[in-house]
Amino acid sequence: MKPKRPLDPYLFLAPTALVLGLFFFWPLALVFKNSLYRWDMLTPPEWVGAANYGQILASGELWGTIGRTLSYSVVVVVLSLGLGLGLALALDRPGKLYAFVRGAVFSAYVVSWVAVALLWMWILDADGGLLSTLCRAVGITPKNWLGDPAVALYTLAAVSVWKITGYSMVIFLAGLQDIPRSLHEAAALDGAGPFSRFLHVTWPMLRPSASFVGTTSLILSFQAFDVVRVMTQGGPVKSTTVFVYAIYEHVFVNLRVGRASAMTVAFFVLLLGLTALQLLSWRLGKPGARRA
Amino acid sequence: MKLRFSGILLGVVALLWVGPYAWMVLTSLRTLPEIVAAPAWPIPKSIQFDAYREVLTAIPVGRYFLNTTAMAVAIALLQILLALPAGYALAKLHFVGKKVAFALVLACLLIPAQVTFVPVFSMLGPIGLVNTFAALVLPFGVSALGTFLVRQALLSVPDEMIEAARLDGASELRIVYGLLAPMLRPTLASLFLFSFVFHYNDYFWPLVMTTDDDVRTLPLAVALLREQGTGVRWHIVMAGNVILSLPVLALFAAVQKQILRAVTARVG
Repeated sequence: MKPKRPLDPYLFLAPTALVLGLFFFWPLALVFKNSLYRWDMLTPPEWVGAANYGQILASGELWGTIGRTLSYSVVVVVLSLGLGLGLALALDRPGKLYAFVRGAVFSAYVVSWVAVALLWMWILDADGGLLSTLCRAVGITPKNWLGDPAVALYTLAAVSVWKITGYSMVIFLAGLQDIPRSLHEAAALDGAGPFSRFLHVTWPMLRPSASFVGTTSLILSFQAFDVVRVMTQGGPVKSTTVFVYAIYEHVFVNLRVGRASAMTVAFFVLLLGLTALQLLSWRLGKPGARRA
Repeated sequence: MKLRFSGILLGVVALLWVGPYAWMVLTSLRTLPEIVAAPAWPIPKSIQFDAYREVLTAIPVGRYFLNTTAMAVAIALLQILLALPAGYALAKLHFVGKKVAFALVLACLLIPAQVTFVPVFSMLGPIGLVNTFAALVLPFGVSALGTFLVRQALLSVPDEMIEAARLDGASELRIVYGLLAPMLRPTLASLFLFSFVFHYNDYFWPLVMTTDDDVRTLPLAVALLREQGTGVRWHIVMAGNVILSLPVLALFAAVQKQILRAVTARVG
C-alpha cells in the first residue's frame, strides 16, 4: 500500500530503529572495538591491537571455554530432546491425569532459572541433600555433585535438562497433533507394528519439530549463565566456566573489558556458526525436502 | 499389563517433576533444628511459617516484587507498543529501504543480550543510567521476534480494510492502535505473556545492570538469600523460592493454553 504521507513508514520505524541501533548494533560494534584495547573502566583505554586475542588463545582459555560450553550444550540438547520426545509420545493421551503431568513437566520451563537452580542445590547438597541421603540409604556412595570438577558440569547439564525438557515435549506434542490419524490407520492396516509405525509415520513427520527444538536449544544452552552463576560460580577449578560466565567474570571480577570483549567476539562468531547450522537443518528438515 | 506399564511411567514422571516442587514446599515449612536432625525426612513435625517470616524480615519482598513486575510489564508493553507501527510499516506500506529495514530487524535475532551486555554496561555507566529502571527496560524495548511476529500477523489483514478506514478519515496511528491492534489480540497476548514471564524470571540482566536495592529484582534477592549469613539455611532459601515461583506458576495455571500457544508459535 502507498503510505498516506511519504515519511510515515520511516516515522513508524524510527522508535524501533533507535532502540535496535542503541542497544543492538552500536554495542556490537563496540565489542569489536573494545576487543582491541586494554581497559579496566577506571583508567582510559589503551590500544593493544590483537593482544587480547593472542592471550585468550595462548592461555588456552578460548579452547577450554569452547570445550566446556560444548560439552554442557551437547548433553543438554541430546538428553532434553530424547526425553522430550519420549514424554510427548507417552503423555499424548486424553484425560485429566495426563494433562496434569504434562503441565507439571512444562511448568519447570516457566519457572525462573534461579528457583530451579536453588531447588536443585538443596536436593544435591553433599551433606543433607535428598539425593545424597537416598544414595546412602541404598548403600551407594554419593558423588559430590557440585564440588567435584569431573562431575559438576554434568550436574548442571542434568538440572538444565530437568528445566527445559518440557519445552521440547510441548513442541513435539504440537508436532504430533499435525499427524493425520488416517496415516496411522493406513499403516496399521498394512500390518505395521507400533515400532515400525513410529519409524515410518511418526518420526518423518516430527523431523521438522526435532530440528527446530534441537537447534534452538543448542543456541540457548550456549548462552547458559544463570544456572552457573547460582550453583557453582564457574567452579570448582573453572570446570563449569562456560562462555557467558567467562565473559562476566572478566568484566565484573577482573575488570578486564578488553579480554572480555575478545571472548565476546569469539562467542558471537560461534553463535553465527550455530545459526547457519540451524537454517541449514530447517531447510533439510522440512517435510518434502530430500534427505541429506 | 500395558495399562500397568503406562501407570508406572506416569508415576515416575510425576515423581520426577512434581517431587522437587513438593520438596521445596515441605522444606520451607520446617525449622532449622528439624532439618539439621533429619535433613531428608519428608514430613514436617508441624507446619511452621517461621521461614517465610524470616524471608520477609530479611528482604523487602513487596518492594522487589513490585520492581520485578513493573519492569516485566513495562518491557512487554513497550515491545507491543513499538512493534505495532513497525510491523505495520514492514507489512503494509511501500517505501524505499523496506527490505533492508526488515533484514536489519531479523539480524537482531542473532544478537542476544549475552553479547551486548559488556558494552551496554560501559555505555550506561558514564551517563549515570546503571542502577536505574531505564537500564532494565530500555534495552529490551524492542523485541526483534515480536516485531517479526506482528509483521507476519499483519500480512494477512486485507488492504481494503485499511483503505476503508482511511476513507472514513481515520489517522494512521488510529488505524494501527485502534483498528489493527484489536484484530491481533491473540498474537499480542502471546507476545505479552512470553515477554512478561521471561523478564519476570530474568536474572542475568538485572544482575549486571544493578547493584542498588531500590531497583533490584526478586530473582536476585532470592539468590542472595543463599549467599547471605553464616551457613546455608535451606528452609529460608526454599521459602524465598516458593515466593518467587508461586506468581509464575499461578499465572501458568491460569493461562496455560495461551502460554503454550506463545511457546509453540515460535516454530518456524
